[in-house]
Amino acid sequence: MELVLAGAIGILSASGVWLLLRPRTFQVIIGLTLISYAVNLFIFSIGGLRTGADPVLHQVAGDVAQYTDPLPQALVLTAIVIGFATTALFLVVLLTSRGLTGNDHVDGEDGTP
Amino acid sequence: MSQHLVIAPVLLPLLVAALQLLVGEKHRRATLALSIASCVALVLASAALMHAVSGGDALAAVYRIGDWPARFGIVLVADRLSALMVLLTGVLALALLPYALGRWQHRGGHFQPLLQFLLMGLNGAFLTGDLFNLFVFFEVLLAASYGLALHGSGARRVSAGLHYITVNLAASMLFLLGVSLIFGVTGTLNMAALAELIPHVPERTRALLHAGAALLGVAFLIKTAMWPLGFWLPRTYAAAAPAVAAMFALMTKVGIYVLLRLGLLLFGAGAGPASAHFGSAWMLWGGVATVAAGTVGLLGARDLGKLVGYNVVISAGTLLGAIGLQQSAVTTGALAYLVISTLAIAAFFLVAGLLASDGDDETDDTLLLEPYEQPGETPANESLYAQEDESRVVIPAPIAMLGLSFSACAVLLAGLPPLSGFLAKFALLAPMLEVAGRGATVLFALVVAAGLCTVIALCRAGIQIFWVEPERIFPKVRLTESISIAVLLGLCLLLTGWAERPLHYLRDTAAQLHAPGHYIHAVLPDAEVAP
Repeated sequence: MELVLAGAIGILSASGVWLLLRPRTFQVIIGLTLISYAVNLFIFSIGGLRTGADPVLHQVAGDVAQYTDPLPQALVLTAIVIGFATTALFLVVLLTSRGLTGNDHVDGEDGTP
Repeated sequence: MSQHLVIAPVLLPLLVAALQLLVGEKHRRATLALSIASCVALVLASAALMHAVSGGDALAAVYRIGDWPARFGIVLVADRLSALMVLLTGVLALALLPYALGRWQHRGGHFQPLLQFLLMGLNGAFLTGDLFNLFVFFEVLLAASYGLALHGSGARRVSAGLHYITVNLAASMLFLLGVSLIFGVTGTLNMAALAELIPHVPERTRALLHAGAALLGVAFLIKTAMWPLGFWLPRTYAAAAPAVAAMFALMTKVGIYVLLRLGLLLFGAGAGPASAHFGSAWMLWGGVATVAAGTVGLLGARDLGKLVGYNVVISAGTLLGAIGLQQSAVTTGALAYLVISTLAIAAFFLVAGLLASDGDDETDDTLLLEPYEQPGETPANESLYAQEDESRVVIPAPIAMLGLSFSACAVLLAGLPPLSGFLAKFALLAPMLEVAGRGATVLFALVVAAGLCTVIALCRAGIQIFWVEPERIFPKVRLTESISIAVLLGLCLLLTGWAERPLHYLRDTAAQLHAPGHYIHAVLPDAEVAP
């Protein structure tokens, strides 16, 4: 499972970085979204991967080793919410830029004169 | 009551911004009154905070949110450095308000609430004692800054803002990666607990810890605009509205603040032989490269906005290099330089904004020192916001006022006597001579050279603006706009004559930063570190 998750994070971030370096704003935003998925998976995995373990204690004197670390899950929730909001804001700026310059190049110029 | 003072600089702007949104854009006097009240209260609260933490026994005020124990909950910590930065934020915002009163705030919507949200994010970032909470406050201040950078719209601003947002979103991802790596290794995100744990991290995971810290550092270096991560800065700052750019002069200092705080708290001399001074060489040489790049940019800048933008870069580079040296005396000078350069650059942005506007409210082109091709500017939708103006009073002799302010800014930024810029630069450079090593010598030489180049570049700009075209019509300068500039420059002047007590405060601040035991003990009373 570690291998699959590590591969997924790697592929997501590699594709994200490639798209981020592309000249069109839409590609850039998709790239940023992919990178944020990779980062979210990374945060999620940082507490260690456990199958079927709960993050919440059932009884007061439980064995903590049987539970999964709840804090990365709380962190990843915050990161998802913030990432979602900033991406939405970025989309608005992207559309404004498209409206003002008439093309979707990141520099506002198409390159072809 | 007094223990809640620590959270006041965060809650106050949040409440005021929410109220301003409820009151709405139509009631401009009410929103303005709220803003002024909020900024005055901020200045008072931060001054009280400063007084509280600079007293005899209490070295740092700790506020546990929800009263959870510091190891589990989130803490806000106000020590001397945090109090200083919060005070600087409040003073800068209050000084900028009159300037924003006139024509600038009506170029787009919601200027005042966005400014308050920015203040909330800045104060939170300065006060928090938790890494993930720092991320949240960074996002708050960045979200507000995206809105402010685009304030006034126009193709140039939106295009620069697009780059600014992209760079910062990518930096936020690095921030998250760094935070999660550090959490994975140590199991805590509380800065004091981290400082306590780092000497005891097992060797096999220490490389991961360093990787996390390095990722975190890169995220902050992007915000401080270290070369080669800072190409976004001059363009964004030149494109932003003047009052906004002046507030942004503080934003690069947030990165500096975090690097200073974490560098000395987590990787200071007490971090054990394997981790002590981790990354300080990078900061030193990065700072050197930034000063060099900023100087080249300054000499090559062809419009006034970019000229000021490169001054921001030089100031950030100087500070980075000084932090990288990790010497208490140099840090004292760096703090003095931070305060003075922030105030002077803010004033310079305001002056540049006035010089660039041609007196007429509708346009806001940049002032080109030499004409060159500029892509067509789409004017903002004025009919939406063009309403009556609160500040119609115009001061006489604008050229005298603008010329005087321009030369005062130039003297301050170049670090020439007799103004406080010289004192700050002297306090920074004099201890550097006593630091052994090639880095200190190179940085010293470069900072002096950058000062000389600043004089050359600003003289050239001043001649172009004030002397070359005698028939140039200078813009009308409103009373409110001149108040803002006068307050900022007046503060620098005040710090020239009355420098002893502030410098004592800064020296104690630096001493406190270089002995983080007090900070750790204030947050975690049961911590096992030498004070």
